[in-house]
Amino acid sequence: MHLKYESQLREPLVSGNKDYHQVTEDIIRPIEAKPSKLWYVGFFTAVALLMFGVYSVYREVTYGIGQWNLNKTIGWGWDITNFVWWVGIGHAGTLISAVLLLFRQGWRTGVNRAAEAMTIFAVMCAGQFPIFHMGRVWMAFFVMPYPNSRGPLWVNFNSPLLWDVFAISTYFTVSLLFWYSGLLPDFATVRDRAKTKLRQKLYGTAAFGWSGSAKHWQRHESLSLVLAGLSTPLVLSVHTIVSFDFATSVIPGWHTTIFPPYFVAGAIFSGFAMVQSLLLIVRKVFALEDYITLGHIEAMNKVIVLTGSVVGIAYLTELFMGWYSQNKYEGYTFWYSRAYLFSPYGWSYWGMMACNVISPQIFWFRKMRRNIYVTFFMSIIVNIGMWFERFVIIVTSLYRDYLPSSWSVYYSPTIYEIGFYLGTFGLFFTCFFLFAKYFPVIAVAEIKFVLKTTGENYKEKMGHLEHVPAEVFAHSGHGHTLVENHGSN
Amino acid sequence: MAKKKFVVGCFDDEDLLFPAVRKVRTVGYKIHDIYTPFPVHGLDHAMGLRETSLHTAGFIYGITGTTTALSCISWILTKDWPLNIGGKPHFALPAWIPITFELTVLFAAVGMVLTFCYLCQLAPFVKKHRFHLRATDDLFVMVIECTDKTNTDDLKSFLSNAGAVETELQIAEADWWVGSYDKDEVPFENTNEIAA
Repeated sequence: MHLKYESQLREPLVSGNKDYHQVTEDIIRPIEAKPSKLWYVGFFTAVALLMFGVYSVYREVTYGIGQWNLNKTIGWGWDITNFVWWVGIGHAGTLISAVLLLFRQGWRTGVNRAAEAMTIFAVMCAGQFPIFHMGRVWMAFFVMPYPNSRGPLWVNFNSPLLWDVFAISTYFTVSLLFWYSGLLPDFATVRDRAKTKLRQKLYGTAAFGWSGSAKHWQRHESLSLVLAGLSTPLVLSVHTIVSFDFATSVIPGWHTTIFPPYFVAGAIFSGFAMVQSLLLIVRKVFALEDYITLGHIEAMNKVIVLTGSVVGIAYLTELFMGWYSQNKYEGYTFWYSRAYLFSPYGWSYWGMMACNVISPQIFWFRKMRRNIYVTFFMSIIVNIGMWFERFVIIVTSLYRDYLPSSWSVYYSPTIYEIGFYLGTFGLFFTCFFLFAKYFPVIAVAEIKFVLKTTGENYKEKMGHLEHVPAEVFAHSGHGHTLVENHGSN
Repeated sequence: MAKKKFVVGCFDDEDLLFPAVRKVRTVGYKIHDIYTPFPVHGLDHAMGLRETSLHTAGFIYGITGTTTALSCISWILTKDWPLNIGGKPHFALPAWIPITFELTVLFAAVGMVLTFCYLCQLAPFVKKHRFHLRATDDLFVMVIECTDKTNTDDLKSFLSNAGAVETELQIAEADWWVGSYDKDEVPFENTNEIAA
């Protein structure tokens, strides 16, 4: 039996005068309508970017890694930067759907569907980089551990790079299953109100024959809860393992024990920023302001300022350790290659500091947290900052190694290296535009589930309860007898 | 598969549903199922359904993943192809924890979802009879299975009194099929046969 009453001190999560049918209408209608002109513009821009990405990858596959400006000491450049950046973005979705479910954060219901979709697309984009960075991409299946005719020569299970293969593919699979199992009831809703044969067929197939039976819901609840329980450590493990790629090496600037928590905080930070960028557009375009309210945006901004500050502490800790360890290589990396503004890549370090640590502090102010324009602007800034973070970690540690004679020339990417990155933007937004058009962008069933406790009109009806003394309320069977029209046991 | 006779009662408020379920069960009608647009907590208990053991299955899949990972990796790195990596021990358990963990989660998640789909008979192209199209929108649809002794008119008015906004008699095939939702295409031969 769920809670029948929630204090009016808590902001309603669904504003406006809604009933169950209205919720269905509001969320499903954009799927049934023809897409707007703006949608086509966005979609085809994304496809064009994707095409350029495909061409860049074609160049790389045909002519080799030389198409990128990677050189003797900078073996990882934009490619791995982009990989870590996309994986980081992919963390918010599962965090919202799993961790916040376990913490009983009601506001997750409005945003979890789109955030999970974002996760899946971001992980798809991330996966491209290590795969094509292999150079001979047609041998990518060598990372699979299976009895083969090469010995059998197995993969190295002790290597963080292989842990990554397992972590990313598990993360992708579990996120996809979690997302899709939540989509089944909503696809059934679209199917059952479909006016055209084609839509009924397509959504009927996608809904797997979901009927809404009480027993099925019971199993569905159990499944969601266990998947959330599994995803919570999973989401922490994935970026931890990504950070192991660096932390288990002996490169100054990478070889630190602070990396796992610092990477996880950074991942949540950038993931929430990306969720903000996307949802601010989605709620406007599909008129979903009643479901993704200012309260939702504020809650996410709070997470952003928290994780941004955690990341800031990590940067300062690293700087401190660079001096305190009295290791001259560490000191050189942190205090010259990174923190010295006029070193070759000093600009990227200070760009990162400005975007990730200083500017998010604006969210200490409630007015700013609830300002849509500030939020949108900051979400872009944070994502730029988080890209710089990975660039700083990778390039400033690699461009000058222990042997000055092998110090490289100034590394800057080629057009195909940039094109590959733009291509993943194309892939991401192509997927996201299709998702926004053909999928319910908000979990319809979950909104209905919380509607009677958090809907604005239902909360107002409970207004008289605010004046009931706590003693009376507590001894009347959790207020059951005090609630009007209450008939349940 | 045979067709059966059902009386369908639709409620528009879950708060009316609970007392109705109790009344129906007290009188002794057999509830075939209740279709709801979202999970109504406590409804399973009210209907007398037993708890699901899906999570137990998930646990078993999880430890299967753990054992698979540990046994495979230890066999590969200590027996099948031991590599000397700087003289470090072949049996390097700490280094195997990440993959072991990932496989535990992977097996548990995939196994649970497949079991869920199997138990609920969910798959692409599977169709089930829809007693009311608004059961996935805003109605709570209680379906009562009739015997040949059931007085359906009595049952209908009984449900109306319990708060149902719509009642209806349906003859339907409650199992799943592969095909389309068109009524004339439901692929069962004995359309006239109504089993008790």
